[in-house]
Amino acid sequence: MPQQQYSTVYTIIFSAAVCIVCSVLVSSSAVLLRERQVENQLVDRQKKVLLVAGLMREGESLAREEVRRRFADNLEPRVVDLETGAYVDDVDPETYDQRKAARDPARSRRAPENAAGVQRIPNRALVYLLRRDGAVDSIILPVQGMGLWSVLYGYLSLAPDTRTIRNIIFYEHGETPGLGGEVDNPRWKGLWAGRLAFDENWEPAISVVKGRAGPPEKDPYHVDGLSGATLTSNGVTNLLRFWLGEEGFGPYLEAARREATVALPRPPRVAAVHREVARR
Amino acid sequence: MKAREVVLDPLVDNNPIGIQVLGICSALAVTTKLSTAFVMSCAVIGVLVASSASVSLIRKHIPSSIRIITQLTIIASLVIVADQILKAFVYEISLQLSVFVGLIITNCIVMGRAEAFAMQNPPGLSALDALGNGLGYSVVLISVGLVRELVGSGRIAGITVLTPVNEGGWYQPNGLFVLAPAAFILIGIMIWIARLVRPHLVEEEAGAGALLEPGYEGNLR
Repeated sequence: MPQQQYSTVYTIIFSAAVCIVCSVLVSSSAVLLRERQVENQLVDRQKKVLLVAGLMREGESLAREEVRRRFADNLEPRVVDLETGAYVDDVDPETYDQRKAARDPARSRRAPENAAGVQRIPNRALVYLLRRDGAVDSIILPVQGMGLWSVLYGYLSLAPDTRTIRNIIFYEHGETPGLGGEVDNPRWKGLWAGRLAFDENWEPAISVVKGRAGPPEKDPYHVDGLSGATLTSNGVTNLLRFWLGEEGFGPYLEAARREATVALPRPPRVAAVHREVARR
Repeated sequence: MKAREVVLDPLVDNNPIGIQVLGICSALAVTTKLSTAFVMSCAVIGVLVASSASVSLIRKHIPSSIRIITQLTIIASLVIVADQILKAFVYEISLQLSVFVGLIITNCIVMGRAEAFAMQNPPGLSALDALGNGLGYSVVLISVGLVRELVGSGRIAGITVLTPVNEGGWYQPNGLFVLAPAAFILIGIMIWIARLVRPHLVEEEAGAGALLEPGYEGNLR
């Protein structure tokens, strides 16, 4: 390569020119594609809610229009004030980014010491109401917390009695594939339906146990552990207890129970359940 | 140098991963599935071709004292654009690729080709050289992705071929293959086979070889 001497002025002008061209390229691509990216995020979020609501199968690929249609037809996103448990309308649920809000000191608060490893609690949280023939069929809550290596993000779907679990999914995590990573295994997720989140005193009672749990009618507060992944299993227990508790959706679920028009069946007493388990 | 040779040479005989041992970092990280390996390959080819062509285009005007930082600025900008495009058009896969798209900046193949080839050759030939190297990278990435997905989770491109035990089938997935070491082992085997088939690839004396080509620092990222 012929070595040519360039003046300092030339070098500075040259680098400025390169920088300007590059920054125009970067910023125009960001601006031009922004709308599509925001839409992608929304559709992606709606897909996960459809999944936990049972309106979409695992691995099913849907066009974005179909996702939006199914979502709009069946689900109603609402924003909840976590402290009071009341619905609020000062935030648009379509564009509200709960994770971002949880990082913003103005829109969140420090979480008290907790086993779920939750650092900050947003003031507002998104919930989704699944409506079937006009009546609320499920209440879908976002949950998150530490597993072994990573934060697990998921959704929990509860029946209108706020006690019976309909479904659960974890859509983002970095747990060990094949062990803790089995939190997204469809068979394991299938074990949750019909189990109970709260005991008769409305304390969060659901837990992932080591080994096997009984069928939902007999052993409603326990779910099979993930084999070889005790810490991820504990993480799931802790994060559910946290978000079902006072700091999480406790006040909201209490308000939802008061409003529920259906007569709530009494859950089996814990002592009776324990006797039942011991007998087996 | 002939165009044909420039494109075909990096596929086997001078494969950037297999022979030059560049771009290993991303080859470990994004090859658990065929789909991510494929999208990553496309992104790398795109960035590589565009960066080589643009560096070559202004090669006669770059003051040599700032040539590396100039190449880096161009590459970094193209990587950001590639990341934006992936987020806009293949959102779910872009989530899985996460930081590794951004890390194309540190992929030695890109800067290696800019410094070693595009600085001395016209834009057309540089773009072809970049295409060849990108394809060479893709061949390795995609074959590693194929094997890892099949052995590690019993699937090819997301379609279940061997039904795993967890889903009621008979296949016990090999957990090692979803972790990074499997990619090391597979790439090692590929390098071994390449050298068995083409004995002239073996270095004559220890330490000499493709790694010592001017412009490479032996950085294994």
